[in-house]
Amino acid sequence: MTYAVRSATVRFGSTVALDDVTVEVPAGSVVAAVGGDGAGKSTLLRALAGELALDSGTVQTPPKQRLGYLPASSGSWAALTVTQNIDFVAGIYGLAGDELAARRAELLDRAALTPAAGRLAAQLSGGMRRKLGFVMAIVHRPALLILDEPTTGIDPVSRIDLWRLVSEAAASGTAVLMSTTYLDEAERAAHLVVLDSGRVLVQGPYDRVRASFAGVVTQSARPVRADWAWRRGRVLHEYWPGGDPSTPANPPAGATAVAPDLEDIVIALSLARRNTVPS
Amino acid sequence: MTGVLLRAARVTRRFGAFTAVDDVSMQVQPGEVVGLLGANGAGKTTLIRMLLGLIAVTSGHVDLLGGPPDRERRRRLGYVPQGLGLYGDLTVRENLSFSARAYGAAVPALPPALAPHADVLVRALPLGAQRQVAFLAALAHSPQVLVLDEPTSGVDALARAALWDTIRAQAEQGAGVLVTTHYMQEAQQCDRLLLMSGGRLVAQGSEADIIGSTTAVAVRTEDWARAFAALNAAGAPVMLEGRAIRVADADPAGLAEVLRAAGIQASLEPVPATIEERMLMLSRQARAS
Repeated sequence: MTYAVRSATVRFGSTVALDDVTVEVPAGSVVAAVGGDGAGKSTLLRALAGELALDSGTVQTPPKQRLGYLPASSGSWAALTVTQNIDFVAGIYGLAGDELAARRAELLDRAALTPAAGRLAAQLSGGMRRKLGFVMAIVHRPALLILDEPTTGIDPVSRIDLWRLVSEAAASGTAVLMSTTYLDEAERAAHLVVLDSGRVLVQGPYDRVRASFAGVVTQSARPVRADWAWRRGRVLHEYWPGGDPSTPANPPAGATAVAPDLEDIVIALSLARRNTVPS
Repeated sequence: MTGVLLRAARVTRRFGAFTAVDDVSMQVQPGEVVGLLGANGAGKTTLIRMLLGLIAVTSGHVDLLGGPPDRERRRRLGYVPQGLGLYGDLTVRENLSFSARAYGAAVPALPPALAPHADVLVRALPLGAQRQVAFLAALAHSPQVLVLDEPTSGVDALARAALWDTIRAQAEQGAGVLVTTHYMQEAQQCDRLLLMSGGRLVAQGSEADIIGSTTAVAVRTEDWARAFAALNAAGAPVMLEGRAIRVADADPAGLAEVLRAAGIQASLEPVPATIEERMLMLSRQARAS
C-alpha cells in the first residue's frame, strides 16, 4: 500500500503553500520532509492527513481510524497522567480492557516511559512529552503515521528513543511521513523530500539526492560571492551551481572543494532558488 | 585581554538529596566556542546558572571575567536563554531599547531582514526572526562572554548558518562563547566540546575524544524489517538508517548469532560511532546502575 499526495497545490489567500507537489509514502518506509520556516512541511503533512482541502491535486490516505497524527504542538493533555492520556485516545479508537492494558504496557516499555506512567503530562520533560505524543499517535496501530517535527528541541538520547520507535513502526509495515529541521537525522530516512517555498527542490533516497546534486561546494575563510556562501564552523562554504549563465560556472583555481552533506545540499539549493528566481 | 573568561573549579550543586552538578571543572578562553552537550537532566542548565551567578554553588568555585559573577561583571556578559528572554507583548524596537537601556548600551541598528518588522510585536514573528532579535539584544553591549542555551532549536538550515556566522564573528573579535546544543552537526562546529552525564563531566575535547571507545556496527540485509525486529527483541540498541541497521556498542559476533538464529542473512561491518550513540550508551549505563 502506498499513500500519496499528487500534483497538490494549496493556497492560503495569495500565498502558495504547496505548489504542484507529489510525494509518495509506501508502507514500511520512513519519508522525511525537510526545509525551512514556511517551506511547506506542515502543509504537506496536513494535506496527507486530510486535514485541509487542496486547491488542486489528489490525496490518497487511509480512513481516519487507520491514521496516526502527531501535530507540532505536544499533542497530549497537560492535566492528565501519561496513562490517562493514552487510555483517552485509545478509547476513541474502541481499544479497551485487556487489549488496551497489554498495548499500553508494551508501548510504555518501548518508549522508556513506564516509570513515568502515573505522572501528569505537564510534569514530563520535553523529550518524554514528545514520546508520549508518539505513543498516543500509534496506540491504534495506524497504517499511516504522520509526525510533525517529532524531535525538535529534544535531547539526543530521547531523539534516538524516538527514532527507534519510528524504525519499529516502519519495520512492522507502517507508512511514516515526518518533518524535521535536523538534517543529520533526515539522512536516516529511506526517502527525503526537500521543500522550499512550497515546491519540491529534490526528492529521493539520500544517496540519489547526493548523486543528483549538480555543481561544486568549496570552502574558504573568505568567500568570493557572499550571497552564495554560508557558515560551517571556522570556515565558509560556497556554492558554484555550474551550468547557470547568471553565475560563474567554476570556482577559482586553488579553491578547496568539499563533499557536500545534506545540510550543504539543502542550503545550496535554497540559495540557488533565491538567487536566481526574481521575488 | 585576561586569560580565562569563565571558570568552574570542582563545582557541585545539590538540591536536597539530588546532586545536579557533581564536581565539575571547566573553562572558556577568549576567542573560543565551547559546546556543552548532554541529555536532559545531565546538569547543563544548572552549571550555566551557577556560572552566571543566578544560583549559588554548594561547593567549589566559579569565576566570571576573573571574579565572582556579580552584577558588575554580568554587564559584560551576553546571555540568550532557551526561552529567548524577549517580551512577546513589546515590539522588536521596544525589546531592543529595553535591553540596551538595561545594559547602558546604544540601541542596535536592525539588519535588513528585520527592518520591516521593527514595529511588530515579537510574539507575532516567526521563530527564526525571534532568535535574531534575541541575539541582537544579547550582543548590543559587545559582551566579552556569550552564553547561548540551544540557540538554533527549531530554526532552518539557512537561518542556522546565519546565526553561527554571528557566533563566530563574536569569537573572532575575542569573545568566549559557551553554547549548548542538541544538534550534533552544530556540535561539530565548536572548537571544543564538553559532555555531561548525570551531573558529571564525562568527556571533553574533540569529537573523537567525546566518542571515545564507543563503537557501532552497521547491519545490511535484504530482510531489514525482520532483522530489525529480531535485534530489537534481543535488547540491542538498534536504529534504522535508510534500510541499514545501526547498533551502538555491540559485539558483532553476538549480533550475527541473533540473526543466524532468526534465519536472516546479513553482512555486519564496524563503523565509526556518532556523538549521539556515545550519549545513548552513557544513558543506558545510568539507567542500568
